[in-house]
Amino acid sequence: MIDAINASLFTPIGEDGLIGIYLILNGLKVTLIVTFFAMIIGSILGVATTLLKMSPKWYLSWPAHFYVSVIRGTPVVIQLVILYFIVLASFDVDKITAAIIAFGLNSGAYISEIIRAGIQAVDKGQTEAARSLGLSHWSTMKEIILPQAIKKILPSLGNEFIVLLKETAVIGFIGGVDLMRAGEIIRSRTFEDSVPLLTCALIYLLLTYIFTFMLSKFETRLKQSD
Amino acid sequence: MIKINDLHKSFGDNQVLKGIDAHINHGEVVSVIGPSGSGKSTFLRCINLLEQPTLGDILIDDQSITATDACVDKLRQKVGMVFQNFNLFPHKTVKQNIMLAPVKLGLMTAQQAETEANMLLEQVGLKDKASAYPSSLSGGQKQRVAIARALAMKPELMLFDEPTSALDPEMVGDVLDVMKSLAQKGMTMVIVTHEMGFARDVSDRVIFMDGGVIVESCEPEILFSAPKQLRTQEFLSKVLR
Repeated sequence: MIDAINASLFTPIGEDGLIGIYLILNGLKVTLIVTFFAMIIGSILGVATTLLKMSPKWYLSWPAHFYVSVIRGTPVVIQLVILYFIVLASFDVDKITAAIIAFGLNSGAYISEIIRAGIQAVDKGQTEAARSLGLSHWSTMKEIILPQAIKKILPSLGNEFIVLLKETAVIGFIGGVDLMRAGEIIRSRTFEDSVPLLTCALIYLLLTYIFTFMLSKFETRLKQSD
Repeated sequence: MIKINDLHKSFGDNQVLKGIDAHINHGEVVSVIGPSGSGKSTFLRCINLLEQPTLGDILIDDQSITATDACVDKLRQKVGMVFQNFNLFPHKTVKQNIMLAPVKLGLMTAQQAETEANMLLEQVGLKDKASAYPSSLSGGQKQRVAIARALAMKPELMLFDEPTSALDPEMVGDVLDVMKSLAQKGMTMVIVTHEMGFARDVSDRVIFMDGGVIVESCEPEILFSAPKQLRTQEFLSKVLR
């Protein structure tokens, strides 16, 4: 076992003399960068899409509905590959940026659905009370509905970010070297299966665990303000 | 002050209001009574357009509120509304609930609104609850805050939609007292209620609704002691015993 760990992680592998753990750490960095920026893009897109979807004007709501249906109706790996090899083919965009855009677009659609559900979960009387005081549709949203929806949304949103982190494991399809791909490279060079795969799995598990923990801390703090 | 002409409201195939004609004068306190499902709440909610009338016209100070160019937000600033379920904003303190609308709509500075909020809380007997959150209040206290919140907009008209129906019996009195003192100050009020005693004592006029129409509308002494219509007599004989 110790030999296997040493061989896959701590000795130079292949002709370029790379060390396994170095590959893994670099892959981890890519996974974290893509997840982080996709989270930001996804959140912004998610809020924007929700607002567009709720618009009474069809030319605003229709594109938003179309976007969500397309994203939800196709696998993320196809979206990633189409974006990189077709949509962005003629642009000089590196793989990580392409992955960030693809996962951001994907996450945005799911986040918009989560926000919509959260908004609908706020009692209708809240809107009526705010509107009866003379507040406009938008200030009612901003002052009354969204602050209450956030608390209902947070658990599902945390879940979405965990899913996003794990879904980035398909970056290898466009040749990006993320955590998963790093494990695969080690596997193919050392013919050692268990150590690289289990190492990757363990790191994913650790990341989601830390994230869940931070989120539950944050939720507790929000609840205290009630 | 308010003129209602041939007001109809349907929800799909369900015709709730079937032609309401009414007028409410400045300073008048009007109670609306009737069996459940008679359309009284819908009638009230049409007056500040929480429900869009299907047909008919509502004029406030000779201005049509149902016209396509009517500014609904501006209208609602003049019309306060109190709900059966209070609908306080749970993420804001009592004082913030009251200050929110006047400040956000630019009618008062935060300082003015705070002074106003303190005054209103004193008026409804809840000065010590200014920094409490709604979840820590009893039903009766919540409703009194809701009244203060509506009053902060300095409305010309107050609508009450069964304000005591969700309250424990021992809480009802406090809320009715606040409403009574409001009526004595000359506020124009329309009250949908099941509190017959209150309707009788405080109203200038009582409207009895049934089946989406106004059956009878007259002074409380007459309506409660000598109703002209058979349906009114039947309803009152059931609720007054």
